[in-house]
Order: sequence, then C-alpha cells, then structure tokens
Amino acid sequence: MSDRDEVLAILRENARYSATEIAEQTDLDEDEVEAAIRDLEAAGVVKGYQAVIDWENLEQERVRAAVELNVTLDRETSYNDVAERLARFPQVQALRLVSGDYDFLMEVEDDSMREVSHFISEKVAPVPEITQTVTHYIMESYKEQGVDFGDGHDDDRLSISP
Amino acid sequence: MKPADRVAEVPPSGIRRFFELAEEMDDIISLGVGEPDFAAPWAARDAAIASLEQGKTSYTANRGRRELRDLIGQHVDDEYDLDYDPDEEILVTSGASEALDLAFRALVNPGDTVAVAQPSFVSYVPKTIFAGGEPLPVPTQREDDFKLTREVLEDAGADRADLLVLCYPNNPTGATMTGEELEPIADFAREHDLAVLSDEIYAALSYEHEHTSIATLPGMRERTIVFNGFSKAYAMTGLRLGYALGPAEIVGAMNRIHQYTMMSAPTTAQYAAIEALQTCDDDVAAMREQYDRRRKVVLSRFEDMGIDCFPASGAFYAFPESPWDDPGEFAEALLQEEGVAVVPGTAFGAGGENNLRVSYATGMDDLKEALARIERFVA
Repeated sequence: MSDRDEVLAILRENARYSATEIAEQTDLDEDEVEAAIRDLEAAGVVKGYQAVIDWENLEQERVRAAVELNVTLDRETSYNDVAERLARFPQVQALRLVSGDYDFLMEVEDDSMREVSHFISEKVAPVPEITQTVTHYIMESYKEQGVDFGDGHDDDRLSISP
Repeated sequence: MKPADRVAEVPPSGIRRFFELAEEMDDIISLGVGEPDFAAPWAARDAAIASLEQGKTSYTANRGRRELRDLIGQHVDDEYDLDYDPDEEILVTSGASEALDLAFRALVNPGDTVAVAQPSFVSYVPKTIFAGGEPLPVPTQREDDFKLTREVLEDAGADRADLLVLCYPNNPTGATMTGEELEPIADFAREHDLAVLSDEIYAALSYEHEHTSIATLPGMRERTIVFNGFSKAYAMTGLRLGYALGPAEIVGAMNRIHQYTMMSAPTTAQYAAIEALQTCDDDVAAMREQYDRRRKVVLSRFEDMGIDCFPASGAFYAFPESPWDDPGEFAEALLQEEGVAVVPGTAFGAGGENNLRVSYATGMDDLKEALARIERFVA
C-alpha cells in the first residue's frame, strides 16, 4: 500500500484522527502523513470531511428523500448539463447517474416535507429535460456511509482469557 | 471419590486468581483478553443461521464435512504451501485446542518428554501431563526477541525430548519466526528425532513477514502436526472450530480418539467455516489491518514511556517488561488503581517472569485510554 492509500484507508474510518494519531498507527512520520493528506486533497481525491449523523437522535426535524429522475436528452444537452444544473441547489445532497429504470438518483434534504415537495415540484420537475420524478421519503435510516446505526455488538468477552 | 493423580497434579490456570479479581471490578479496560474483539464476519454467521434454518443439525463425518476439508486443504496450500490430503491428512476439530489434545494423546507414551517452547499458551503443559508425558520447559529469551533458537533448546536439554511444541506467531509474546529462523529448529528436530507440534493458530496475523510453517522445511512434513483454526483469524472463538494437518498415520490415530470422544466438530460451526473460507478473506484482511495499526500504537507508546518492549510482530499481543520486579504485583496494582487489566507473564511459563502480556484485541479508543492510564501509573 502506498502512503496515500494507507492514510486514505484510515481517514475513511475516522477523518478526525490527527496527523500525529495517524502517524502512530503507521510506519509514517507526521510530516509524511500531512504530505499524503495534502496530496489527496490537491489531487481531488478527498473532497471534504463530514460528520455522519443519525437525525433520529436530533430534536430538529430533517426531511430527506431519494428522488428518481428520468431525463430525455437531445444533441445539445448531455447528462452533465442536467446534473450541473441540479447539483447547484443546496437541497441536493447527492446526485448520481445510475443504470436501470431511471437515469439519476438524487438525495434531497430540507426542514420539512412541504419544503422538499415544493422543491421537487417547483425546481426539479420543471427542468425541460426531466420527464418524470418519483420521490421516496426516507422513513428510517439504518446505516449511512458505512456506519451502522444499530447497537453494535456488546463486548461480552471474559475480561481475562488465555 | 477424588480426582485422578494426573489431574490433581496440574495446578489451576495461573490467570485464574487474576481473572476473579478483574471480574469483580466494574468499568475496567481489559488488555488481558486472548481473543479477537471483532464478531465473526457476518457472512459466516449468516451461513450458520441458514444452516440451522435448513435443519442441518446432524453429526458430520468424524473428520469433518468433506467440502470443508477440501476448502481447508486448498486454503493452507494457497496461503502457506502446505499440501495435505483432505481424506487422510486433515482432521476438523472442536477448536485447535481439541486437535492439540488429540495429538498429545496420540503421540505421547507414558514418561515421554515433551519440550515446550515458553512463554506459551497455558495448555501445552497440562495436556502433556494429562497424556502421561513429562513437560520440559524451554525458555526463550528477550535478547532473542522471544524466538526459539538452537541454543535455548540445547541449554534446556531438549535433545533428549520426544516431542517439541512451538507456537509462532506466539501467544503471549507476539514473536514470529521466519523460515530462515525456523531452519535450525528443524535441523535440531531431525538430528534428535523429535516430533513437532506446531500451533499456527495465529498464522494469519503475521505483520512483518509471510508466515512460514515449519512443516514446509525439508524432512519436517513427516514429523510435524500443524494446528490451525478459525478462532483468531476469523474471530470465531465461540464457534469452536479448528483443524490438524499431519501424516495420515498420526491424523488417523487422532481421529480414532476424536471419534470416541467428540464424534464430530460442531456442525453449525462447520457451515460457518465453509462460508468463511469461501468469502471472508477481505474480513480477515480488514481485521489484520486494524490489529497492525493498534500494534504500532502500542509499541510506540511503550517506547515513549521508556518501557522495554521488543517489536512484537504477530498475533495480537505485546510483551513489555514489567516496570516493577514482580509483574503479578504490578498487574494487580494497575488493575486496582487504574482499572486496566494486563496479564502477568508468569502465567505463561518460563521466560516470561519479568514481563506483562498486553493484548491489543481492543478497540482503538479503549486501547489508547488504557495506554494513557498505564503511562500515568508508571510516571
């Protein structure tokens, strides 16, 4: 594994580790870790660092939806053009071109169902290339970004064993 | 009614008293655990559940399901260049522990001498005694990084032994041995006609070099039984599944005892193991990576604290020198004052009298907290 790959693997697990902490877990020194991180950022591999949130445990309501989008393209318009236009809306948390029955899978987030619905009907559906939208409101989240929201497994090992 | 002499002769495990002390305390962080902190890979657990749903709850063949033995044969060949016939040379057991017991009983005649490289897992000496043999401790040395050498074998008088037991990667020291380092041991075994029991349960957890089995060295296959299993690499300790690899005659003799005592290894666990061998390589690699990172943290923190600790390179243990002369006293005080459990090296036989076994089969946050408490305690 290269320095970059090693650092990336650790950051994917916990992006809050300091360079010192990463250095301690690898054969790299702190400067090498910092260089690898700078490298990953400069090369556009690491685009950002975010908290993984279980909204259920927050009082503040947050409504999220997965939206299927079908589009019709013409010679002048590409998937990229449509995507760029949609991605600019701050409500759009994720936007992916996918294979299968529809073209884009878009994740949308806002403070209320009314606001999400409004956003879809007023901002998304009217886009000329978009022919159909199917909105799935997220009812419960069990796992996000590889983090399981379950109770995990209790450590029921004997405290001392040979 | 009273227990037979050979049982009465074996003292209870050296960690027993310490275990009781630790169990009484709340909220301790234990670095005293000899098993993975991970649960078994989900795919393996799921396969076990599915086998139960399908009513697969009968005995299997004494030697274990044929499909499992085939997969084991393939696996040890791919990973360690070990070539064994699933029909006659592979025996699936209830943990590598059962396999070891069978080997002692199949190989040891009354009065035979069994040389045991120490510090070592606690069961080799009692198993020797239960089988009627006489244990001969062979203490490895800190200056050799706790590797077994020809010199320590000679010093201990192992030339007159009938059997030699070794375990690398090692519990409790975390020492490993390369093929080159095993060569003089193989020479010694051939010269003095020793049978070798090689406990390789931690083979998948070697961080600095590829694991080499002593059975792959010239002239060793016919005098070696190799032990491995699913407990450590696949985090399946509670499923109790291991295996032995060896010459047909000895594995056959072991199977004779096994068929009259265990019948067959747990069926559910065998289904989990089949799945583990087929699809869980990535899980094993991911766990190994976690252990390796923790190992580096532990070694670097002991260095910062000025505690002597040789660079452990396998299993999930470090074996630092005890800051106090008596590691038992130190471990007890550390437990009571700071709520951190480590195991005194004395529990593991000769050669560990000055050391502590520190297991890093504990999540990174707890591990760091425990190390910070140790640092505070010795400051």
